[in-house]
Amino acid sequence: MPLSATTVSVKKTFSLLLFFFMLAAIAQQAIANEASGEDSLENAWKTLSNKNYNKKAKAIEIIAQQNPPEAIPAMKAMLEGQLYYAKRDKTLYFLKETENNYAFTPVFDHDPALKPVLQENRRGFKKVKVNNRLRTLIRQLLAVMQLQHEDADIRLSAVQELLKNPEAEAADLVESVIEKETDQRVMTTMQTLLAVIQLESGDEAAQLAAINTLANSLNTSAMNALSAYEAPTKTLKNKAQSAIDKINDKRDLYAKAETIFFGLSLGSVLALSAIGLAITFGVMGVINMAHGELMMIGAYTTYVIQLLMPDNIAASILVAIPAAFIVSGLVGIAIERGIIRHLYGRPLETLLATFGVSLVLQQTVRSIFSPLNRSVETPEWMSGAWQINEVLALTWNRLYIILFCLAVFMALIAVMKKTALGLQVRAVSQNRTMARAMGVRSKWVDALTFGLGSGIAGLAGVALSLLTNVGPNLGQAYIIDSFMVVVFGGVGNLWGTLVAGMSLGVINKLLEPWAGAVLAKILVLVFIILFIQKRPRGLFPQRGRAAED
Amino acid sequence: MLLMKILKNDKPGMWLLGSLLLVSIFVPILNLLVPENSAFHLSTYTVTLLGKYLTYALLAVAADLVWGYLGILTLGHAAFFALGGYAMGMYLMRQIGERGVYGDPVLPDFMVFLNWQELPWFWQGFDQFWFAALMIIIIPGILAYVFGYLAFRSRVTGVYLSIITQAMTYALMLAFFRNEMGFGGNNGLTDFKDILGFDLRADGTRIALFLASAAALAIGYVLSRIIVSSRLGLASVAIRDAESRSRFIGYRVENIKLWVFVFSAMLAGIAGALYVPQVGIINPGEFSPLNSIELVIWVAIGGRGTLYGAIIGALLVNYSKTYFTAALPEIWLYALGALFILVTLYLPKGIVGLRVLQKIRTLRRAKA
Repeated sequence: MPLSATTVSVKKTFSLLLFFFMLAAIAQQAIANEASGEDSLENAWKTLSNKNYNKKAKAIEIIAQQNPPEAIPAMKAMLEGQLYYAKRDKTLYFLKETENNYAFTPVFDHDPALKPVLQENRRGFKKVKVNNRLRTLIRQLLAVMQLQHEDADIRLSAVQELLKNPEAEAADLVESVIEKETDQRVMTTMQTLLAVIQLESGDEAAQLAAINTLANSLNTSAMNALSAYEAPTKTLKNKAQSAIDKINDKRDLYAKAETIFFGLSLGSVLALSAIGLAITFGVMGVINMAHGELMMIGAYTTYVIQLLMPDNIAASILVAIPAAFIVSGLVGIAIERGIIRHLYGRPLETLLATFGVSLVLQQTVRSIFSPLNRSVETPEWMSGAWQINEVLALTWNRLYIILFCLAVFMALIAVMKKTALGLQVRAVSQNRTMARAMGVRSKWVDALTFGLGSGIAGLAGVALSLLTNVGPNLGQAYIIDSFMVVVFGGVGNLWGTLVAGMSLGVINKLLEPWAGAVLAKILVLVFIILFIQKRPRGLFPQRGRAAED
Repeated sequence: MLLMKILKNDKPGMWLLGSLLLVSIFVPILNLLVPENSAFHLSTYTVTLLGKYLTYALLAVAADLVWGYLGILTLGHAAFFALGGYAMGMYLMRQIGERGVYGDPVLPDFMVFLNWQELPWFWQGFDQFWFAALMIIIIPGILAYVFGYLAFRSRVTGVYLSIITQAMTYALMLAFFRNEMGFGGNNGLTDFKDILGFDLRADGTRIALFLASAAALAIGYVLSRIIVSSRLGLASVAIRDAESRSRFIGYRVENIKLWVFVFSAMLAGIAGALYVPQVGIINPGEFSPLNSIELVIWVAIGGRGTLYGAIIGALLVNYSKTYFTAALPEIWLYALGALFILVTLYLPKGIVGLRVLQKIRTLRRAKA
């Protein structure tokens, strides 16, 4: 609520008095609790319905001193003009206006006699009126109460609120509580606030100390205060300037860290969607244009699982992961058995046939689920962000996707290196005839390898479903990117795929700020086209006789 | 006489040119001279549709030249088609002049809308037809030359080449979607009024465009036939079948590939230029990788490495597309998908390679 011009002038004189009072209030709190007892608090609540503003102010002070749990919400409501009392018995209610009715909920909701009231008008209730003087008082008292609140988050937000509009008076208040502060975040914010206030003081030594404190802060208000600061001496001016530079440098650093984080998360999506392709394309030499649609199937599996268990979104994702792997894997095996096995050794024909498969799959999904986009709900434990400091926050879902990508990758490497299947897959891909001569059932290995690659595409689909809408065209959007990643990394090289995916993601995000999203993508494509000219076999080409045509 | 010499061993080609000639005679008559209420009347809509098919057929010939005779499975040939189309679209845009919505004598509507003050440099000259016609051939040619020079010199082959051609058309699509590129962004170029002073909506102009498409297809086919039956064509078939061996024998593989590729891109550009005035719009969607892949399937269905097969495939697939998308829109993608799968599995030589047809041929030969 904006303060009128007159209040501001009144405030200055008034606030001095107020602060003496508040200091006393804090000191006396313990005594007050004993002396006045329940009666006077109850009286104070009742007095709020009084018309006399002086009496009301007194009552508010008493309530603030005692600080019962209702005090903060009630005072906030009073500020917003939403605290009412019933004319009948002077009990207090919160008002919540909706479009066509008024909902009154009792302030003291533990009393079973009081019931929420829902009516079409405000009859029987009266607003607890406040004037500007009371408003100022309430605001200051609220700050005191919140600064002493036992919940660190409430204390933090109170300090941050003060920091938005720092005034000299706040300094005394904060200094009185800073000693007792235990939470590190609240402590630093308080120090920043004090420094911002000291910057305005006349004392040069204090200003110097303040500048030094602010130089380590990343807060926007601190930055603003430093920029607005008019230094009395040249040394101080230089100091302030170097502090600003230091803050800017730090912010740049964190901004870069954030960009790289975004790049890595994009890269994980790319790598995840390309790993499956790296197996079918790289290890088996099969170009699977339906790879994107296998991802789409994984995404739709997630969607269906959520429909099946609507009460348990948090667990649905965990169920969807194996489900998507199995569904996409089975579809993949069906494609291999039905079509691809007839086309081994003819890569270009496989490309066309699997493209046909992709069209059929897309249309099937369109017929079953309609062409409209569906969205998958993000579970609670994946939303929100990890606030590292005031400028750097990493969103959980991106972080989980990076971890998921790495986990899938490690699992795949383990399968390829440690299991009998992996050994046979490598044997068949290096020399099919020899492998068969040694007793490897190459057809069976082909089907399983293709199923594995397809299943991983399904896993990528689960990750994608949490990032974008699930629709029939989901796969098409990623197929070209996935091919680029595989080709860039070097066909037949899983590590290459991971490195290529991550680096393309980071390059893309680094280019984005100055080129825009679309142009960045174009530049990356052109870069890959040129890169293939230089190294036709990718970053990490396969070596040895198997690599020769 | 020269034509007869070229087509001496190309019976299907003679059939093709003959039927093109017949169509070019009968379509105008059926459209212009037969009264509208007659059962034999051909609507202008159908004429335009046929003209569109012919430009697709020319594009398919271009693709068959590189895929069928050079062994390059290009997944980006629609890019050259679209570039030719854009060059023609720019000419048509300049012809609108003051008749645009904003009435600016020089700037096309979308530039006025974007608050541009003057014509970008790359739009200069497109008010002249000869310049636009030159660009229709040169721009796709230059792109193909640069792309091919880089790719063939560093010996990018097979699947890798297919994928980077796809990346090329995808990148172009993204680029043309940007308003800043100066090609109308998302909406592309449209709202054309006339070409060389003739009204684009008039029946006569439509017929003329149809005839031009037929002529372009005929000429394109003959030129391609000349190339594939020349020493250059024989060398390119050798490269298709055994690239390393041809190189060791002493052929300059890169150069041969490059010139055939550039020629094919130019043909595709001409096809695009004829396509745009008939359809009335060109937008970045023409660059989409799906189009290029569809184009490959026309060739595959018709029969790669025959040239006339590509034409048959293009006409057949596009006719069924028009039919299915109107009658049974749900079915079309299933049908197209099934075509891809069945043709690659069971018809590696396409329709013209069907056993039945081959039997007839051998019977005839036996008789002769």
